[in-house]
Amino acid sequence: MKPAIAPAFSLGLKDLIGVVILGLVLVVLLPLVLDPFRLNMVGKYLTYAFVAVGLVLCWGNAGILSLGQGVFFGLGGYCMAMYLKLEASTPEATKIQSTPGIPDFMDWNQLTELPFFWVPFKSLGLSLAAVVLVPAAFALIIAYALFKRRVGGVYFAIITQALAAIMTILIVGQQGYTGGINGITDLRTLHGWDIRTDSAKTLLYFVNAGLLIGVILLCQFVRRSKLGRILVAMRDKEDRVRFSGYDVASYKIFVFCFAAALAGVGGAMFTLQVGFMSPSFVGITPSIEMVIYTAVGGRLSLLGAVYGTLLVNWAKTSFSESFPELWLFGLGGLFIAVVLLFPNGLAGLYRAYVEPRLGSLFGRKGAEPKASPAPAE
Amino acid sequence: MNATPISDQMAPDFLLAVEGLTVSFDGFKAVDDLSFYVDENEIRVIIGPNGAGKTTVLDLICGRTRATAGSVRFKNTELTRLKEYEIVRAGVGRKFQNPSIYDDLTVFENLEISYPRGRGVVGALTFKRDAAVKERVQEVAETIFLADHLNQRAEYLSHGQKQWLEIGMLLIQDPELLMLDEPVAGMSVAERKKTAELLNRIIKDRSVIVIEHDMKFVEDIAHKVTVLHQGKILSEGTMAKVQSDPKVVEVYLGH
Amino acid sequence: MFMGYTLSELGSIFAMQAFAGLILFSVFVLMSLGLAIIFGQMGVINMAHGEFMILGAYMTYLTSQLFQSYLPGLYGIYFFVAMGVAFLVSGSLGMLVEWSMIRFLYKRPLDTLLATWGLSLIMQQAFRSIFGAREVGVELPEWMMGSLPVTDTIEVQINGLFVMGLTMLIAVAVYLLMFRSRWGLQVRAVVQNRTMAGAVGISTERVDRNTFGLGCGIAGIAGSAFTMIGSTGPTAGQLYIVDTFLVVVFGGAASLAGTIASAFTISQAQSTMEFFMSGSMAKVLTLLVVVGILMLRPEGLFVLKVRR
Repeated sequence: MKPAIAPAFSLGLKDLIGVVILGLVLVVLLPLVLDPFRLNMVGKYLTYAFVAVGLVLCWGNAGILSLGQGVFFGLGGYCMAMYLKLEASTPEATKIQSTPGIPDFMDWNQLTELPFFWVPFKSLGLSLAAVVLVPAAFALIIAYALFKRRVGGVYFAIITQALAAIMTILIVGQQGYTGGINGITDLRTLHGWDIRTDSAKTLLYFVNAGLLIGVILLCQFVRRSKLGRILVAMRDKEDRVRFSGYDVASYKIFVFCFAAALAGVGGAMFTLQVGFMSPSFVGITPSIEMVIYTAVGGRLSLLGAVYGTLLVNWAKTSFSESFPELWLFGLGGLFIAVVLLFPNGLAGLYRAYVEPRLGSLFGRKGAEPKASPAPAE
Repeated sequence: MNATPISDQMAPDFLLAVEGLTVSFDGFKAVDDLSFYVDENEIRVIIGPNGAGKTTVLDLICGRTRATAGSVRFKNTELTRLKEYEIVRAGVGRKFQNPSIYDDLTVFENLEISYPRGRGVVGALTFKRDAAVKERVQEVAETIFLADHLNQRAEYLSHGQKQWLEIGMLLIQDPELLMLDEPVAGMSVAERKKTAELLNRIIKDRSVIVIEHDMKFVEDIAHKVTVLHQGKILSEGTMAKVQSDPKVVEVYLGH
Repeated sequence: MFMGYTLSELGSIFAMQAFAGLILFSVFVLMSLGLAIIFGQMGVINMAHGEFMILGAYMTYLTSQLFQSYLPGLYGIYFFVAMGVAFLVSGSLGMLVEWSMIRFLYKRPLDTLLATWGLSLIMQQAFRSIFGAREVGVELPEWMMGSLPVTDTIEVQINGLFVMGLTMLIAVAVYLLMFRSRWGLQVRAVVQNRTMAGAVGISTERVDRNTFGLGCGIAGIAGSAFTMIGSTGPTAGQLYIVDTFLVVVFGGAASLAGTIASAFTISQAQSTMEFFMSGSMAKVLTLLVVVGILMLRPEGLFVLKVRR
């Protein structure tokens, strides 16, 4: 077995085919078979896929498990929601308030002027930038403090989880500034364009799908660069990488911030498609559920993460509709099964059972031994 | 830190000057006021019984462990204050005791990661696998007998091949000081012979510090031997001198 | 924030809050002891630890119901029986979980974290299905009700004192078990060198199972104590898991004394701040300070320097 070129490159074509198939499913198949309501729901699921894809790089490739991705998802979502809320809170629309022109929940909480950190969100450009930059900057602070001091593994996971808890308590507690437990609701227009109509939602679905494909291509680029290989190397033998002249911390910081920025984009798309943002997408539970999307799809597979997200959310919706009490058993069982029995998730099953058959179907001699190693930690 | 000015003037020719190096863990001095000097192009072997502090000395030089006191100067640069990757970039390479390679990557990729270019985040993102890289990887792979295994996942190499691969990963960086921790441990006789041949080839034009237990091997390669015992130097000199030193005989045979 | 209070009022406030903090401290200590044993000794993250506590709480509730129905005359001592039941049930379930799940994951700590999270979801739903979604409370026996006046302005509740006394007792017992008994020696031997411990005839598998069971059993006892100061619901355990983890990590994972000291620091800080600001802000501030300190001293406050 001596392929003429190194595997890292031969993978390129296969990855690309996978992306094209995913693109066809998202952009052609689903819109054809689903009504606008269901399509919007898939759109909502796909916003979580941004987080799941980021976790593939961060957790699958680099071995950094973050249990606080909800924080970044939420930050992106809130940045978008703040802009939309301000646009919905024109002095005319809010003239019955004691202070017209500020969001309704501020008025209810006796605020009389817009808090300073809300001011930049009057601008669409700044808000869109904030969707990416705020989560990334926040991630940078955490990552810098922790990775430079070599905090990793389980400790990192627990600290990010604590941050998710802190963030939720903070948002819920500071009602006047954040909308509290209800979140920021009653969002109407994006730069004058009504986002509540079916046609707008369908358009947003396509924007979302397009962005996701773009993000996956970007992630594939990162993974196939030397940086991607360094992440894997770091996960397995951190000291060897360090003593090969690399500043290991800066790579971890990069991948964590990158994943955070992706989560932020997902959050913003969530706000746009669903029409509100609330702390229930920030805390411990949503954050760890996002990890299971990645785990189900396969922690090493970008495309798997998308399918995993769709599958888990589809199961959640259908179970919660018919047997709500069974869902938690199902989800709990899923966590255990995916860890004990299928550590490489759907992608692992695909590679083990489907791909070899596909290979013989198309007359190729056995798929290349792109081994799917047991996840190392 | 407390480098004496005398040695500053007297030892400009040493590639590596270790002076007064001390490290204590919970009051236990694993390395105790150690001083030694390595010349350019010298091959120094460190021997000593288990727990003598050999690996710790290498850890201290390459920054893996921080010294409690003392100084390590490499080409007159103080290393004890540098970060690990800065020490590597200054020209110090370190091989670990157990083969430390990236199992999930191919031999080619293992070597490529060690290629000294594109070490920053941006550099790594924009790194191109150009002709210079391929040529250098090929060249090193031939040196370490792995030219036929370039596209194999490193996981599937034999133990000896893994050791060679790690040596190759250092070699590709062309360090001025190479530190090897038991490079022939766990090898078959044939692999051992090949490794000795490999080492003899790669030690040209650089200084090497080797930790080794295999006396036959040590005799083959050493210019100078340092015997460590309980964190201190017991004896130092040529192999013949060290072997006839009664203190060494006692430590090795008396126990 | 101290304005408007006289010095003696402030003194009373601090004393009362300190006492309130001590009860929180007790729950923290009991929760963390179990977690510290499991995490510190075995390196396993048990996200379902809060649910093991709640299991103990439900067992206590059941025992109290049984006593009320069949042995009303002996109600005064139900709590001691309940503690035993809680310990045994939580501990046995813990051993079962170790055998069926954890033992396959010792080399993958992050995966253990996910698997035990799944377990926690299952346990929560099981509680809900069996005991209902409504919170249940336990009636205190008469001798535990009321409070003792210490000064004119300071009173302490008897059940609080009792819980604290109990906590101290358990902490001492755990210490003796881990550091003075032959069994504890085996546990520590396995932690330090698994292969060697196996080679000298220690059944490492059994030690693992018992250690995990012990940790869960102590969580069960924590649940008993918990019924004294809060009402028991299916998801009540989840509220404590982050705090307890921070307590353990903050204290330095392998040190029992560190765990207790850090439980004390965190609970007192939180309780004192709670009087001067909203509970949620007090919590945010406490957590932030703990996370901040962990960033500065990641190995925890009470850890010795060792060679890697």
